[in-house]
Amino acid sequence: MSEEKIKKVSIIISHGSLDGVYPGLIMANGARMEGIEANLFFTFFGLEAILKKRMDSLKVATVGNPAMHIPSILGIVPGLSSFATHKMKKEMEKLDIPPVAEFIEMIHDSGAKLYACKATVEMFHLTKSDFCEQVEEIIPVGKFYEISAGGQIIFT
Amino acid sequence: MAIKILAGKNIEVNDEGFLLNPNDWDENVAIELAKDEGISELTEKHWQVIRFMRQDFKEKGVIPTIRRIKNASGVSVQDLYALFPEGPAKKAAKIAGLSKPQGCI
Repeated sequence: MSEEKIKKVSIIISHGSLDGVYPGLIMANGARMEGIEANLFFTFFGLEAILKKRMDSLKVATVGNPAMHIPSILGIVPGLSSFATHKMKKEMEKLDIPPVAEFIEMIHDSGAKLYACKATVEMFHLTKSDFCEQVEEIIPVGKFYEISAGGQIIFT
Repeated sequence: MAIKILAGKNIEVNDEGFLLNPNDWDENVAIELAKDEGISELTEKHWQVIRFMRQDFKEKGVIPTIRRIKNASGVSVQDLYALFPEGPAKKAAKIAGLSKPQGCI
């Protein structure tokens, strides 16, 4: 334990599937639970996690995901993604892992700050009002580095 | 493992100062443990969290997560972080005489 403690992290969430979003959320919440300052930066499809209309209907990716242990061609079967999502959500509930919207609220209330990536917000023609109220600001990448100064950056 | 004198009692604790036996706990022990954690005074709101955690642990055999505390005790996440700065789940569990929470949430 002679190493210096981590004091600050910036976590980038860049994927929009359920399995793409949760690792970053768990890491951010875990950081706050250890007293580590945390900033979250949502970019590209990661924005889905903070879009009011989308955040609670994210799905598990069943196509192009070898860890699903099914042939990719089966991943396109209608309803399979919903089924996998349902199963995963049930398992997560057992572990007391909240649904995305509740998790985002908890992370925000723990003192972490949430930001949306300006370039992708513009690319997807979104505005601040499309996002949940926990989002602090829409910022360009330069501002992200400024906010992240002195901390570790984690890309998910 | 070590023996620590808390509120005039010899109490077994682990290397991180968590009580080994929740039954060694009483309110005076909690006050001492809180001081070690930098909380000089336990307010009624602190006690609300501590009592809830002990009760929930007694009933369920599991140390409640922050989510569980938020949803079942009525104390908000903001308040939890303000009451037990730098790690409410661990700190509150320690002061409540429970062991260190091992979950990721």
